[in-house]
Amino acid sequence: MILKGKVWKFGNNIDTDAIIPARYLTTSDPAELAKHVMEDADAEFPSKVSKGDMIIAESNFGCGSSREHAPIALKAAGIQGVVANSFARIFYRNCFNIGLPIFESEEAVKGIQEGDNIEVDADSGVIKNLTKDEEYTAKPIPPFMQELIAAGGLIEWTKKRLG
Amino acid sequence: MILSVFALLKALIHLTNSDYLLYISFKSFLKNLYYFEQFLGGIVNITEKILAAHVGRDEVSAGELINAKVDVILANDITAPIAITEFRKTGAKNVCDKDKIALIPDHFAPQKDIQAAEQCKMLREFSKEHDLSLYFEVGKMGVEHALLPEQGIVLPGDLVIGADSHTCTYGALGAFSTGVGSTDVASAMATGECWFKVPEAMKFVYHGKLNKWVSGKDLILHTIGDIGVDGALYRSMEFEGEAINAMSMSGRMTMCNMAIEAGGKNGIMVPDSTTVEYVKGRAKRDYKLYTTDSDSSYVDVREYDVSKIMPTVSCPHLPSNTKVAADLSNITIDQVVVGSCTNGRIEDMREAAEVIKGKKVNSNVRLIVIPATQEIFLQAMKEGLAEIFVNAGAVFSTPTCGPCLGGHMGILAKGERAIATTNRNFVGRMGHPESEVYLSNPAVAAASAIMGRIATPEEVQ
Ligand code: SF4
Repeated sequence: MILKGKVWKFGNNIDTDAIIPARYLTTSDPAELAKHVMEDADAEFPSKVSKGDMIIAESNFGCGSSREHAPIALKAAGIQGVVANSFARIFYRNCFNIGLPIFESEEAVKGIQEGDNIEVDADSGVIKNLTKDEEYTAKPIPPFMQELIAAGGLIEWTKKRLG
Repeated sequence: MILSVFALLKALIHLTNSDYLLYISFKSFLKNLYYFEQFLGGIVNITEKILAAHVGRDEVSAGELINAKVDVILANDITAPIAITEFRKTGAKNVCDKDKIALIPDHFAPQKDIQAAEQCKMLREFSKEHDLSLYFEVGKMGVEHALLPEQGIVLPGDLVIGADSHTCTYGALGAFSTGVGSTDVASAMATGECWFKVPEAMKFVYHGKLNKWVSGKDLILHTIGDIGVDGALYRSMEFEGEAINAMSMSGRMTMCNMAIEAGGKNGIMVPDSTTVEYVKGRAKRDYKLYTTDSDSSYVDVREYDVSKIMPTVSCPHLPSNTKVAADLSNITIDQVVVGSCTNGRIEDMREAAEVIKGKKVNSNVRLIVIPATQEIFLQAMKEGLAEIFVNAGAVFSTPTCGPCLGGHMGILAKGERAIATTNRNFVGRMGHPESEVYLSNPAVAAASAIMGRIATPEEVQ
């Protein structure tokens, strides 16, 4: 799978309250959540983001609450994938479970600026910076996670097991 | 001697496990080592023992991905609606076990608006449809992480998952418990299992005796201040030492509750007589006490002399941004919240009441006291604590998460500042994105309510 898109850049410890504030959690409708995505980190973000964009963040992206509304809101807002130095663990598993591709790569985070166009090969973990003509690599995705992705997320994987 | 040689070899396994390619090339070597170690009776920590028992093995090792049986599955009025929708998509006709699934409407309950009411209704109807025995209606419900241990639903040796990040609280009982997502809960409701990566472990040792007005909250805030909000990322945090041994279950739960605030997968303490005493009379089924082998290896060991730890406060906007409370006396406040799954237990109510008794809440401050469960609410009434709070000019509320997550019952306006006994102070956590939250223990929160600024209990006595 190849993901290609324009980059929005964020810093350290972007928590799930910033990704989708609790005041909007009286619904789990993806389209409603998308209207407020990243609002407390950047109030303009919901109006700036377009389908196919990617997020680059520093360390511990998605820390805090376990709310799956966070990756759901990102996905519904059209974010194709997230590259960060590291992810908080519940956010990390939520992304694999619901099928939002995420990658860990310190060199990519260092090299990529906001507005750059990048191309990520989800299978090989190679990240190309098309704007700067640079190439970085992401940590390999563990085999079990690959299995989850191949199945189409945890629910499809569970279905197969039950079936 | 042999044991420490093996601790060393074990550390080697951990190192090699972290690199998958190396792992492949060392696989046969490790396999032999694994059997050899098993033959000698390996060196395992409490988290690994509980996880191993739930996959039906003697051992598991850090880095390994496992699919384990779970004893309790939890979700609340925010996370259960997604879990229920996803559960239906699995095609499962029945839940794995009607007595293992706890659905607790506590975040926006009692239902704060129509949308919240619709979400709570989903929990109620699903519970009826599947005859769930652990659904707690408003009037019986409490903040989930205070309620489940109180009711003897989570027990030592259990493996518990919850679609709520503070599910790590139950480690205080000697259980492995961790927060997951709604889809994990959906899958577990169908299969009774959940996938985990066995975490590496860090050990935290607390020596000495606590100072007056210093509690579990101060130890954990101090620790997070030391290691940072991702200091224990993907790892297990094992707490031990003289100060933990002397600590009540309430303080222990406060500490394990905030393991997630350091990025930890779980917080855990080896159960002792205090644990057994707490569980006695509450447990409705058998439980198992696990220990940690004395030669277990840890990726990091931190030791603290607790006699040097003073009442501690986390400043905006990260729990790791800690300062000594006494150094913050210039910070004025608009609101104080005593409650939540971190510090809403009866011991916390008593601590706040002791400071506030006979005094008045500062005229510039709103003090909101929220006992975490109905039982705590009732006990606080019996002991006269509710009266102390109301006489002082505080709100004494029915159990709810409420303001802790900026839900209802005490939301901050733009530019307002609160001190709270809760666990998070992220941007916008208690209301407007330009409001601020400071985190403290109940005694500091109560003293601050009287003074109208951050204060220590000594200042008001
Ligand atoms: S009290 Fe706060 S931290 Fe605890 S479960 Fe409720 S919202 Fe979460």
